[in-house]
Amino acid sequence: MTTTTPTPSTDRPRTKAQIAAAVAEDIPAGSYVNLGIGQPTLVADHIRADAGVILHTENGMLNMGRAAAGDEVDPDLINAGKVPVTEPAGASYFHHADSFAMMRGGHLDICVLGAFQVAANGDLANWHTGAPDAIPAVGGAMDLAIGAKRLFVMMTLLTKQGTPKLVPACTYPLTGLACVDRIYTDLATFAVSPDGVEVLSVHGTTFADLRALLDVPLVDAR
Amino acid sequence: MTTICTSTQEALSGIADGATVLVGGFGMAGMPVHLLDALIDAGPRDLTIVSNNAGNGDTGLAALLSKGRVRKVVCSFPRQSDSWVFDDLYHRGLVELEVVPQGTLAERIRAAGAGIGAFYCPTGAGTILAEGKETRELGGRTHVLEYPLAGDIALIGAHIADRMGNLVYRKTARNFGPVMATAATTTIVQVERIVATGELDPETIITPSIFVDRVVAVGDHQ
Repeated sequence: MTTTTPTPSTDRPRTKAQIAAAVAEDIPAGSYVNLGIGQPTLVADHIRADAGVILHTENGMLNMGRAAAGDEVDPDLINAGKVPVTEPAGASYFHHADSFAMMRGGHLDICVLGAFQVAANGDLANWHTGAPDAIPAVGGAMDLAIGAKRLFVMMTLLTKQGTPKLVPACTYPLTGLACVDRIYTDLATFAVSPDGVEVLSVHGTTFADLRALLDVPLVDAR
Repeated sequence: MTTICTSTQEALSGIADGATVLVGGFGMAGMPVHLLDALIDAGPRDLTIVSNNAGNGDTGLAALLSKGRVRKVVCSFPRQSDSWVFDDLYHRGLVELEVVPQGTLAERIRAAGAGIGAFYCPTGAGTILAEGKETRELGGRTHVLEYPLAGDIALIGAHIADRMGNLVYRKTARNFGPVMATAATTTIVQVERIVATGELDPETIITPSIFVDRVVAVGDHQ
């Protein structure tokens, strides 16, 4: 399935920008891509202008442009994060049912999402903590999780408390089952495979340390 | 026949207590703020609101919620940085919430307008949002049975109407408008302006007049 050359390992943990750059590197030229709200939007800054990557935003636009500034700001032209964006040549607009048909119908090549947890089998939890006082809000996360041909996740490998977010089974409510293909983190890039979770690169850590840290079967695929 | 209304008050006449109201917009883009203000003045209570979000700031849907007119909200993404009106009502147990994945929300509304009795959808399969719903394996994948979501009323923000009620939208403010227009007993539309029949290019019309019951011009919203 994957043909791109993995990002080389490095001595230091990756910054958010470096994670975003690594994701951008693995997006084939000409792909139709949806970048989720939050950290995944950083990926847009690292996609080469000549790569011909076409961004989809679920509120009804293809070939979405960069964030709008100054006089470009138009309240009728926003992205899924409700941030004003621009309209490059070749952009198109469509209604919500068509937008999600693009997703659910398997027309998007890649979707990039953030996550609370990813399980070793590719289950994704990214929409709800399940806390009793939390207001559940799913947006397009479930549609994106199961719709795109490939799903990349961007996250820190550990919570602020130091608990791994790559887990044997998600404890948070699920967004989608067995839907994640790649996991890009500060400490490593992983690919979900039938043989276990493949480690594609390590950053400021070692394969042995990852194996000790994570309670999931790892395969060294560097 | 589409009625051209001379005021939002006229456009919002005759809405009963307990009505289900489809409200267009994604955040504030396409939000029919003038119609919502008139709905508040018209006074119906015990409403079920179907919309992507649950109000932003203190205007539009948030204003309707703050007046205590809403019994239930059906939406995909209630929780936002500026959804304090909904958040407070929800935490005080004063409003019921049904969370629906965004694409499923759009497709349920589309189904209502298209005369579809129900449909199987892979989104949300295996998650808590599919609990209690009928499922079926189709093409090797679990699908969830979803039912149409019709409105007594749809309130929509479009860009321009002609005097027949044909509509065009503007940029990402299109979002839920075209699908909601098809799915309500009475579809009420606010537009910036109404032009003579024949002034809109038939090739560019997004919502044909058959789906539109009442139109009112409210001027430039920007």
